Amino acid sequence: MAQTKMQEYWSKNIRYLTILLSIWFIVSYGMGIFFVDALNNIQLGGFKLGFWMAQQGSIYVFVALIFVYVAWMNKLDKEYDVDE
Amino acid sequence: MDYIFLQPILALSIQTWTYIMVGATFSLYIGIAVWSRASSTSDFYVAGKGVHPLANGLATAADWMSAASFISMAGLISFMGYDGAVYLMGWTGGYVLLALLLAPYLRKYGKFTVPDFIGERYYSQTARLVAVICAIFVSFTYVAGQMRGVGVVFSRFLETSVEMGVIIGMAIVFFYAVVGGMKGITYTQVAQYCVLIFAFLVPAIFISIQMTGNPIPQLGFGGTVSDGTYLLDKLDGLNQALGFSAYTEGSKSTIDVFCITAALMVGTAGLPHVIIRFFTVPKVSDARLSAGYALLFIAILYTTAPAVAAFARTNMIETVSNKPYSEVPSWVSNWEKTGLIVFEDKNGDGIINYVADKEKNELKVDRDIMVLANPEIANLPAWVIALVAAGGLAAALSTAAGLLLVISSSISHDLLKQSFKPDLTEKQELLAARSAAGLAVVIAGYFGINPPDFVAAVVAFAFGLAASSFFPAIILGIFDKRMNMQGAVSGMVVGLLFTTAYIIYFKFISPASNVPANWFLGISPEGIGFVGMLVNAAISLVVSRMTDAPPQEVQEMVENIRVPRGAGTAHAH
Repeated sequence: MAQTKMQEYWSKNIRYLTILLSIWFIVSYGMGIFFVDALNNIQLGGFKLGFWMAQQGSIYVFVALIFVYVAWMNKLDKEYDVDE
Repeated sequence: MDYIFLQPILALSIQTWTYIMVGATFSLYIGIAVWSRASSTSDFYVAGKGVHPLANGLATAADWMSAASFISMAGLISFMGYDGAVYLMGWTGGYVLLALLLAPYLRKYGKFTVPDFIGERYYSQTARLVAVICAIFVSFTYVAGQMRGVGVVFSRFLETSVEMGVIIGMAIVFFYAVVGGMKGITYTQVAQYCVLIFAFLVPAIFISIQMTGNPIPQLGFGGTVSDGTYLLDKLDGLNQALGFSAYTEGSKSTIDVFCITAALMVGTAGLPHVIIRFFTVPKVSDARLSAGYALLFIAILYTTAPAVAAFARTNMIETVSNKPYSEVPSWVSNWEKTGLIVFEDKNGDGIINYVADKEKNELKVDRDIMVLANPEIANLPAWVIALVAAGGLAAALSTAAGLLLVISSSISHDLLKQSFKPDLTEKQELLAARSAAGLAVVIAGYFGINPPDFVAAVVAFAFGLAASSFFPAIILGIFDKRMNMQGAVSGMVVGLLFTTAYIIYFKFISPASNVPANWFLGISPEGIGFVGMLVNAAISLVVSRMTDAPPQEVQEMVENIRVPRGAGTAHAH
């Protein structure tokens, strides 16, 4: 693959990583730890929202993040003709 | 009619059921090992790189979920309340890092072990040796705990001694790890995942229905109990009435919760027995996908565990707190025999006073028994209790096998073949790998029977070391082409020394001073690995920029691993 295309592929990959890891950080450290007390004022059924994010919600988001990443990268690999 | 025939079967004792379940699952594991034995080093180390991503996801989940996840975690959370989230997020969030930052690139790199990558990327035998020593230390720390878990399950449910339990466990692992290598381990782990998840879910579902009327524990967790209040509100009230902090609020400081979670996440992503599983799939895209499957399968247990924790805590307080000792159910005395429940009637009133105040508290409950005792506390049938025993064994054995493989490949591949005896033939290397696995089983078993007092303390070590050594070295090796040997080695050494010194000081030299007031920035030894990782990364970056760029061929290797398609074809386009 040509050098410039390779750089383009890589910088797109980095952009995906930045988006996904920002969400990863916000749902766990943000909502589950730093702002847990504020979010606990919101009730979600029988849960306080902050507590739910820390013990349940963040884990569901983690799973979703990986599958989104898989879909995005498979598409990107095809676009740049580097898939297997 | 049928019921009459079934009655004798349903009436079997817990012990008989346990023999049946454990016997059946053990025969299954041995059968799989015989069917999938390894014939080459590639089979032995990485299952010939031919594992389907779904199978790898299942195997990774079993590999990762240890005796600690299965037996101890829910109990730990039930005593910690909100603070238990450090384990829930820490031990799942690391998979996002693995999937996005490590697994695809290491699979593309395509060799057998983590020290392989470190040694080649940093063109240095020293770097390889540091990595090998860390890998062996981390794995032994971990495996001793697994063997102990096997012993505890055997002693409680089959009434053998802990020693006998450990020896039986050793024999089983020895058989399928030594014969089957990674190939045998992989398919046994697939079976073990099915056993352990079934064993974890069945009692959780039963108890969820009993307490909240909702069959899905994750929803029952937020449901209402018989008196119409929300379970968690009720639990907050029960906790506070006994002088504990509210269940949904923690007692740790925010910075410590942050650092422990981060250290566990980064440590998870740096653990060699987890990373090595992504070497076993055929393609880079499979490595990404199998990380997704792995986390999905792990999440099933990890989202159920906090629900189990809340159910168990409520159940336990309601059953024993403020009740006359003479009227407690039989599970209390069953577990008293093992010494894991201790009742001491301090004020002599015959009533169990379970309170936060240590001076007045009369009941000590070991956190490790919450999952194992839970079915008994909830009065579930004997076969469910036996199932939990088989599940605990599956969790412990699957993790032990994965760790033993890392130890054996570190010795036969990284030390012998790559460092000291490069002229080893494939056959000799395979024999060395098998001998090393065998030896490792015996040493692990010894530690299981004679657990050094420091086992609990060194778990923080395993994660701290993985976080402060491997993680930055691998990530920078992939994402920073300019990173060189000088940077990586000095970063690893300083990161390791920093983390080790901090943990040794507070855990061994001066345990009395292990209180928040003395901690660096209020960070506990459990969370210090995160700081160690930052120190490692900062030093690596500074040193690498002051020294020469890595050789051309190493830079090309980095470019190569960033692209999924095989090296030859990638350049042709």
